[in-house]
Amino acid sequence: MIDTHDILETINMIDNENLDVRTITMGISLLDCIDSDIGRACDKIYDKICRCAGNLVKTGEDISKEYGIPIIHKRVSVTPISMVAAACPKGDPVRFALTLDRAAKTIGVNFVGGYSALVHKGFSPGDRAVIDSIPRALSQTEYVCSSVNVGTTKAGINMDAVEKMGQIVLETAQATADNNCVGAAKLVVFCNAPEDNPFMAGAFHGTGEPDCEINVGVSGPGVVRAALAKAGDCDMAEVANVIKKTAFKVTRMGQLVAQEASRRLGVPFGIVDLSLAPTPAVGDSVARILEEMGLESCGAHGTTAALALLNDAVKKGGVMASSHVGGLSGAFIPVTEDEGMIAAARRGSLSITKLEAMTSVCSVGLDMIIVPGDISPEIISAIIADEAAIGLVNSKTTAVRLIPAIGKKAGDELNFGGLLGGGPVMEVNRFSPSKFIRRGGRFPAPIQSLRN
Amino acid sequence: MRAVITVIGKDMVGILARMSAICAENHVNVMEVTQSVMQDLFAMIMLVDITKCTVPFSQLADELTDAGSKMNLTVHVMHEDIFNSMHRI
Repeated sequence: MIDTHDILETINMIDNENLDVRTITMGISLLDCIDSDIGRACDKIYDKICRCAGNLVKTGEDISKEYGIPIIHKRVSVTPISMVAAACPKGDPVRFALTLDRAAKTIGVNFVGGYSALVHKGFSPGDRAVIDSIPRALSQTEYVCSSVNVGTTKAGINMDAVEKMGQIVLETAQATADNNCVGAAKLVVFCNAPEDNPFMAGAFHGTGEPDCEINVGVSGPGVVRAALAKAGDCDMAEVANVIKKTAFKVTRMGQLVAQEASRRLGVPFGIVDLSLAPTPAVGDSVARILEEMGLESCGAHGTTAALALLNDAVKKGGVMASSHVGGLSGAFIPVTEDEGMIAAARRGSLSITKLEAMTSVCSVGLDMIIVPGDISPEIISAIIADEAAIGLVNSKTTAVRLIPAIGKKAGDELNFGGLLGGGPVMEVNRFSPSKFIRRGGRFPAPIQSLRN
Repeated sequence: MRAVITVIGKDMVGILARMSAICAENHVNVMEVTQSVMQDLFAMIMLVDITKCTVPFSQLADELTDAGSKMNLTVHVMHEDIFNSMHRI
């Protein structure tokens, strides 16, 4: 017989502590859909997504029912569209976005990621076309997510792309101003973007991946917080130990779901992304874990250290639980998607500068932060440059997902609803970085020795 | 193939009878039953063999969950693999 305690603990985790599998994401290569006729390319893309992922949602629901584990999202990521668009220079790349949106509606997934371009060393014509079209693509579609990789530790940072993305982020928010600027919430600017990330909005299917694969993202901040609350007063080593044990259990669940989905769909298993992904629901917050560790409010001095310990322990616990770990893996710190972060921002204990420091030890970056609508594109570019530099020098993934709230100023609120949440507009440093950003060119790759 | 049926709620007459009747109707063999108390609540755990189950797993889960909710009980029906993978190295 299975241990009674284990059974009740698992059920308690699911019923009361928001344990779930956050997403099953099918990565699909579109390289065989490339065609110089854009209409034909779109038809091939639609057909391939529907063929490969037609049963994805049903399979996810079946697994969820059999194992009794909520599986929140079923999603699709595709080859960066800039590669497909490169073959049809005369076509409007927004047609690809509309095709992806149509396919998402047909198969029932709630996001398709991959309206993307990788430009860390320079632009191809396809990259330029896709990047220029992002504001239109995200305002004309509902389910399409976009990402642009502007730097890698090996290549350095493409500062022309950084400058460009400042404008694109702002234009995307303006293009969706009548819908809470939600377009910008579906656009991520990366440094060191992973090719197998199952989480949106930054998911795309890298060229080193197989034709089709299953990647799974786990979650479970509520479970970690509850385990720490139960552990009570203990030293740092024990805190790390409790987190590791919990991360192990959560990841094992993700591994099981991933293997089962892979078997049923006849598609290879890629990776488990062992992330703590918060939601705006009470009891599903990464900020509350940091506060459970002993901080009065997230953002207080000590937050970076607490987050570093959390992020490291999650990885250590999770790595042993899965045969293949990848994606972003760690603790996410989005603001609007995390109940505790929203509360901390509202009470003034969490600022963008503190969040920037936190991104040097967390799994991604400045995520889901609402900034004033009158922000200049150069300031957005400079925030992207800062964040990319942190990723560049530390050989880690960093990202920026800012939402300029058009027509709003610091202290106002913006609400997207659903999983994207909402929260206060946060002030940025208004001193001008324009001259620095306009220099353009390539930011050299960093030295990998003499590290101190 | 085995599954774990967990019933949590206020103790009353007939819980075990009702659950095992549904199992029997669907050719599900009850292998083990244990009871315990969690936060003043009655908790019953049944380990069942679903190899010869005559209906799809999801339908069995729905029948048991519906029967439970009529008696104000929370019923979970989960494949045993979930517990083995989460709690055993």
